[in-house]
Amino acid sequence: MYQGIRIAGFGGQGVVSAGILLAQAGVEEKKNASWLPSYGPEMRGGTANCSVVVTDGEVFTPIVSVPDTVIIMNEPSLPKFEPLLKKDGLMIINSSLINSRPQRTDIKVVCVPCNEIAEKIGSPRTANLVALGAFCKLTGAVEVEGIVHAMKKVFKRAKPEMLELNKKALQAGFDYVK
Amino acid sequence: MAEKTLRKGNEALAEGAIRAGCRFFAGYPITPQNEVPEYMAAHMADAGGAFIQAESEIAAINMVYGSAATGTRAMTSSSSPGVSLKQEGISYLASADLPCLIVNMMRGGPGLGNIAGAQGDYFQATRGGGNGDYHIFVLAPNSVEELGNFPKLAYELSEKYRIPAMILADGILGQMMESMSFNFDPIDPKTLGKFDWALDIHKNGAPKNKVFSYKGDDLSQDVWSRAKRYGLVERNEVRFEERNAEDCDVLLVAYGLSSRACLEALTKAKDKGLKVGLLRPITLWPFPYKRLNELASKVKAVLTVEQSLGQLVQDVRLAVNGKAPVYLNAYPAGDIPSGESILTAAASALKGEGEGLFDLQKYSEGFEYKGDRK
Repeated sequence: MYQGIRIAGFGGQGVVSAGILLAQAGVEEKKNASWLPSYGPEMRGGTANCSVVVTDGEVFTPIVSVPDTVIIMNEPSLPKFEPLLKKDGLMIINSSLINSRPQRTDIKVVCVPCNEIAEKIGSPRTANLVALGAFCKLTGAVEVEGIVHAMKKVFKRAKPEMLELNKKALQAGFDYVK
Repeated sequence: MAEKTLRKGNEALAEGAIRAGCRFFAGYPITPQNEVPEYMAAHMADAGGAFIQAESEIAAINMVYGSAATGTRAMTSSSSPGVSLKQEGISYLASADLPCLIVNMMRGGPGLGNIAGAQGDYFQATRGGGNGDYHIFVLAPNSVEELGNFPKLAYELSEKYRIPAMILADGILGQMMESMSFNFDPIDPKTLGKFDWALDIHKNGAPKNKVFSYKGDDLSQDVWSRAKRYGLVERNEVRFEERNAEDCDVLLVAYGLSSRACLEALTKAKDKGLKVGLLRPITLWPFPYKRLNELASKVKAVLTVEQSLGQLVQDVRLAVNGKAPVYLNAYPAGDIPSGESILTAAASALKGEGEGLFDLQKYSEGFEYKGDRK
């Protein structure tokens, strides 16, 4: 198993911390993992993204230039990452905020209304966890349990009730996709 | 083996240095290595050492000179333009035969450049960016794990031969997080014993040592005696990693981050009907000239993959010495190699021409340039 993932969205949507969670979940499950933020002169309100690799074997380059999976959380990221995705790759789209659909027909597209699901649970801030839950179900690269363990390490100062909400969001994303 | 944890490259390096017994750090902020001084500021005092945010890169390297003269495991870190500023100090450290650790988290250049990961400081690191006849150890990690474990190696080599050591990494290795573990227990430098040359307080019959970078009439003798140590280093301290290197048609040579993209190329080569191997120099000085020369007689072509415009390839050509054709796959100024792009170049290398191979003369063919002074 070798999963190269790009997660992209607005700064503030939690795409960078979702990436850390994913990598940490890999480590919790005794896999190898890497995480790399896009850094540089990014502007507030602009797009942010990160590269994550989770694998049973060795992590090659941490820069995922041809991702197996892309998680797209906002509209401007769709045209940016659609061309990168590998043939037969997986695209998870946050359909709450994205009206467009990809042009490519050689990829698998799964739409998840992340923000709506997150709001129903009680916190729109957990939309990134909803997307991660869907990712777990669709790829099997990491388990929901792995991400729950990872949360305790990554969000060290989070209140227990926030962790509980995150867990619910994760499960809701997992349950949403078939 | 210790359990693996997820760490950022810069933080693993800083923690690794403290574990290796570093008790003095001086530095001046610059992206993409700011987590190093940040980590040192938070943790060095607890380890019983000193952290100084210096007024400049030049001040920092000279503080390292002072600290190293007392036998302390001292360190500074910066990124490309900041390391340029330190070159005078590095030359003085070499001439005073002081062990120390200098870190360069390379970014794109020349000049201010950009903050992407790059490998454009290969010449500066391996050819002695400062003046005079000298070498420094240059260690090139390619993972967060090596970033964490190389400070110990750097101090050991540096102290054994009294030659400054540099860890040469890049912005991406510094910024990325990866699963890693330390392969050694934390070292208390008080248990290491004192050097007979180091400066100390003159009491209880302690020797009155002096540390000089200027030795007047003895300069020639000094340079020749250092050359003997350099010879020992080149014989005994060459480190490298090989993958399929004995059983391939195209041998890739790459260090640091670009060697990671080569690993991807190696796994995907079979699908393209290519036999590709890798020699990864871990020490850039001393360079694995001898081993590369041996391997060159077993392959059809040697392909250098570097995130610079023809620097590493010069050492590769020196090593191969005509035994095989040498080609260059170059990614300067923050460009990034991928497994795919390397394999394209590897296929071209077998034909001796084509996409992905960079040759300065061919590149500028037909190009005319006139100065624009009116």
